[in-house]
Amino acid sequence: MEKFMLIFQGGGPSENASPEFMQAQMGKWMAWIDKLSKAGKYVSGEPLLPGGKLIKGKSKTVTDGPYTEGKEIVGGYFILTAENYDEAVKLCDDYPDYENGGSIQVRQVMKM
Amino acid sequence: MLVVKLLSFETMEQRADSVHSLVDHLFRHESGKMVSVLSRLLGLQNLEAAQDIVQDTLLQAMNTWGYNGIPENPSGWLYRVAKNKAIDLLRRQKKFKEISPQYSYLLQSEYTLSSTVNNFFLDDEIQDSQLRMMFACSHPSIPEESQIALTLKTLCGLSVHEIAKAFLTNDDAISKRIYRAKEKIVSERIELNVPQGKELPERLDVVLKSLYLLFNEGYSSSHPDKLIRDDLCEEAIRLTYLLTLQSVTNLSRVNALLSLMCLQASRLQARVDDKGNIILLKYQDRSKWYKPLIERGTAYLELASEMGEASPYHLEAAIASLHAVAPSFEQTDWKSIYDLYKSLYQMQPVPIVALNKAIASAYAINKEKALEQLLKIKGLENYYLYHTSIGEIYFEMENKGQAKKFYETALHLTTSHQEQELLKRKIASCEVV
Repeated sequence: MEKFMLIFQGGGPSENASPEFMQAQMGKWMAWIDKLSKAGKYVSGEPLLPGGKLIKGKSKTVTDGPYTEGKEIVGGYFILTAENYDEAVKLCDDYPDYENGGSIQVRQVMKM
Repeated sequence: MLVVKLLSFETMEQRADSVHSLVDHLFRHESGKMVSVLSRLLGLQNLEAAQDIVQDTLLQAMNTWGYNGIPENPSGWLYRVAKNKAIDLLRRQKKFKEISPQYSYLLQSEYTLSSTVNNFFLDDEIQDSQLRMMFACSHPSIPEESQIALTLKTLCGLSVHEIAKAFLTNDDAISKRIYRAKEKIVSERIELNVPQGKELPERLDVVLKSLYLLFNEGYSSSHPDKLIRDDLCEEAIRLTYLLTLQSVTNLSRVNALLSLMCLQASRLQARVDDKGNIILLKYQDRSKWYKPLIERGTAYLELASEMGEASPYHLEAAIASLHAVAPSFEQTDWKSIYDLYKSLYQMQPVPIVALNKAIASAYAINKEKALEQLLKIKGLENYYLYHTSIGEIYFEMENKGQAKKFYETALHLTTSHQEQELLKRKIASCEVV
């Protein structure tokens, strides 16, 4: 079994999303995690707040950011277990934010 | 099934306490509560700031609950986050303290700030804030259509897009209606108060009218999406029910309106067929009428009668209850219904009541009398149901030529697909020899 990291980019609700939409969207996330957990695939995951800090260069300059475009903002991540990339990609089927412009970066975790 | 939900008003007010699932529309309803509470705290002039806090709170809930599951007390979680955001805002921005003068001195001191904000989120205070918000949304200086849009936005937590969808119009039109309402809030300096003394019944009537229109939008419209129609009815019932919970507004006419809504809503399942076509009362399968809601409506009508008064809502509810208890269309107490419409017409001499009165007279007296009344009505020339009703009478009098003529006029006047289908079927039945 390999570990994979799913990095979610963009797809967050628009500024004027309705409460009803948000509740429905949340329900879909919960159902997805529930399904992955029951299949023994889900390891962990966290949502991320927007904004942040960027530290760069020899002088370790700290700036606010990253201020990327909405569709590139990382909104959270999952760690899953899967046999291979094929299975990992398949497990992304129920990601609720495709239709809201979201995308997933699937990365295999390197074994020590 | 929606009607089951409609029956249990209590659960609409209840909070989700299950860890596994949320009550339907929890976000929407809590949004209405929190916007009301925060607007009272910050002053209605800062409605937008209140809405922003609520939006942020729900976003936060969506993200954290989505990943980590629903907290033990979801409503309590939301209130805590909203409270903290409000306290932050009050600390950061002095101007908010000045705008809600009633509480400003309590909000200015660090010693009383948190406890004051906390008090606003107590159960009774939440209800009180919603009540104040209902009066503000239905302020007489706000145009009627803006009142309904603002009510749906602030108290029911619908987005502009959802309201536009419900009213079959575009987002711009609804944004404008809400903008006009907000303009009035500023220019008339409308605050969140429950009117007192002699002003109360008058202002309450405006609130009731707005809720009545909201209900009818859901009940009478031929919106293609049944869920949307049901939602509007449910929201209207929920808010009317809220009025009965408060002693100052638990008046006879409020109970009468709630009764009317329950009785009408009991027929929601029976008035549309599988294809979405509207089924007229005469042809409805009465076994599909939702009995518990009829019982509930009857109970509110009794309560309303005991409290005295005879408002138009009492009469309409009484008419609805006579329909609800009738075993069939033919065995309906048309005589009493006709009398009630006569009384209603005296109170409200408007063409639409005249139309209903005339229709009732067809069954209470005879078709000739009904036709005579119908043809005298002025002001409904562009209303398809007026022509449909005349066509119906002619059809029953076996005058198919005239019936067809009126059905055809009606067909040109309605834009509703379902109504058009119904009328086409009627016209076809006139042509069969």
